[in-house]
Amino acid sequence: MTTIPQQLSPEKLDQSQLAPEAKLTQWLPAQFRKSVGHFVRRDQVFDFLKPQHHPLLDTRHNILLYLEGVTKSFDGFKAIDDLNLYIKEGELRCIIGPNGAGKTTMMDIITGKTRPDEGQVWLGSNINLQKMDEAEIANAGVGRKFQKPTVFECLSVWHNLELAMAGERSVWRVFRASLNGEQRDELDRVLSLIGLQNHAALLAGNLSHGQKQWLEIGMLLMQKTKLLLVDEPVAGMTHQEMDRTADLLTSLAGDHSVVVVEHDMDFVRSIASTVSVLHQGHMLAEGSMSEIQSDPRVKDVYLGES
Amino acid sequence: MLKTILKDDHGGQLLLSLLLVVGFTIPALNLLVPQGHFLHVETYTITLLGKYLTYALLALAVDLVWGYLGILSLGHGAFFALGGYAMGMYLMRQIGDRGVYGDPVLPDFMVFLNWKELPWFWHGFDMFWFACLMVVLVPGVLAWGFGSLAFRSRVSGVYLSIMTQAMTFALMLAFFRNEMGFGGNNGLTDFKDLLGFSLQSDSTRIALFVASVVALIAGYLICRAVISSRLGKIAVATRDAESRVRFIGYNVDQFKLWIFVLSAVLAGIAGALYVPQVGIINPGEFAPLNSIEIVVWVALGGRATLFGAIVGALLINYAKSWFTIEFPEVWLFALGSLFVLATLFLPKGITGLFSDSLFVKSSRKEAAL
Repeated sequence: MTTIPQQLSPEKLDQSQLAPEAKLTQWLPAQFRKSVGHFVRRDQVFDFLKPQHHPLLDTRHNILLYLEGVTKSFDGFKAIDDLNLYIKEGELRCIIGPNGAGKTTMMDIITGKTRPDEGQVWLGSNINLQKMDEAEIANAGVGRKFQKPTVFECLSVWHNLELAMAGERSVWRVFRASLNGEQRDELDRVLSLIGLQNHAALLAGNLSHGQKQWLEIGMLLMQKTKLLLVDEPVAGMTHQEMDRTADLLTSLAGDHSVVVVEHDMDFVRSIASTVSVLHQGHMLAEGSMSEIQSDPRVKDVYLGES
Repeated sequence: MLKTILKDDHGGQLLLSLLLVVGFTIPALNLLVPQGHFLHVETYTITLLGKYLTYALLALAVDLVWGYLGILSLGHGAFFALGGYAMGMYLMRQIGDRGVYGDPVLPDFMVFLNWKELPWFWHGFDMFWFACLMVVLVPGVLAWGFGSLAFRSRVSGVYLSIMTQAMTFALMLAFFRNEMGFGGNNGLTDFKDLLGFSLQSDSTRIALFVASVVALIAGYLICRAVISSRLGKIAVATRDAESRVRFIGYNVDQFKLWIFVLSAVLAGIAGALYVPQVGIINPGEFAPLNSIEIVVWVALGGRATLFGAIVGALLINYAKSWFTIEFPEVWLFALGSLFVLATLFLPKGITGLFSDSLFVKSSRKEAAL
């Protein structure tokens, strides 16, 4: 027969409710108690033993990228100010905004190049991008295309894609790596998708401006990215090239979430999707192109000027 | 394996065949042709050539990091000298009681400094295998430590070059001190024999020459294997667009680090072969100017070709020997103007003079899968 404690005195109750580590660390100065106590808990493993991020991306809520309350300032200037942005899976999202609205800083924060001062950046609901460096974020499935096309000019188109291909990333494995048949097929598939199948052997530096942009998008595809961040893809393109790029990006949406930052309003209209307007570091408006165009605030800051 | 490494590398094929021919004929001309015959090669010349070959290996190491990775290292002389010191310590221990003071264990300079015991870091150097291990390990570990700090903090470009200069300068000052236990100002010298063979004998000198040829060929093949693999492509990509490589998910710091370490190890091996052939190693080898000279060899020979570095090192050192005998006071001016002229008129170096069709694989052919 067990005796049930009838009544606990307040002190006793307090004692029993204390976490087990509290007893062990009572002798410590108060400021250390919490941090040390963390290590002596028997019901938990050490933090460094816990996997930092799940191998499987959790997008059960159908949202791939969360930016919540993100703030970043440079020397007192708030480049990003309490920014909230949610990108759904398979969505094609355009982000517009006047110069200095914080578009590139936002990209930098998502890809780990810049750390936000405040706020949360999550890929799916289980990958905290703030704890990862650029390479880890890229391997988690975030690909980025720069404003200025950056391809490896001294390498052939084929090798550009080969390097970008998802897979081996450690030094020794990369040294030993060679392409298998399946990977070659995948390379060929992407080559024809970006329309460069006849230029596989050409040095990337010899491609035209538009072709470089497509090659860069192709490299993002080889990376097997879930989220493509595309910075001004049609800057400096001819109209035909612009149309092809629009087709390419719309065909990618669905399998990938695509975020396009663009200045060219005709282009944004032609890929017809949800548009977010960024202004002075935060979201001014969000909606379809026609909604955005009729929004008086947007007209004020952006469309009115252009 | 060899075929895939040297595919399309016509310059390398030519150079390696030449090295093989030289490696066989020079010793033959020394041993088989009687003295006085006009084809006879003096042992002195062989040792001089052997010295040039170790310089060529050093230039190769610099080209690997500078030409392909874009890291302008002005401190590779330090790795070379460290490899040399490791070999020198072995040679010192080999002297045994044949030194001036006749101490069975302590090298002469320690007796002179009134030291009673061998410092701890001299233990083990009486064994050849241990010395060989240190030849590889000491430059490798230094490069690893230096590289991991520098690359992790993303130091690059001219700042990194200055840091490498500072590294070799600091090591020079340290090795100049008698208290360091490396012979101070005078360094290590008066070597007697290597593995029991007298360093003064012709056969040992020829063997060292052949060893230098073999090391250079092996070094070339290793560098070539790295360059022709996907790793080499990442190196070139890092050189041209580092942030892009990061954003496709490679940990650039690690790639830089391990290629830098490989290069330092090659430089160390070059130093270890250099010391028994010239018979001395002193802190002067750490001089910042030496490291800059290596870069000049590579630049003159042709950057990012590997064989260009070898050609540059051999030609300039031959010129140096000739000038310093004929017109000693002109040499530095000649070297300086050579560098200026090459930068202005031969941006691809001497090997770049020859038609691209001969040496540089055509890009169209390369990716023909």
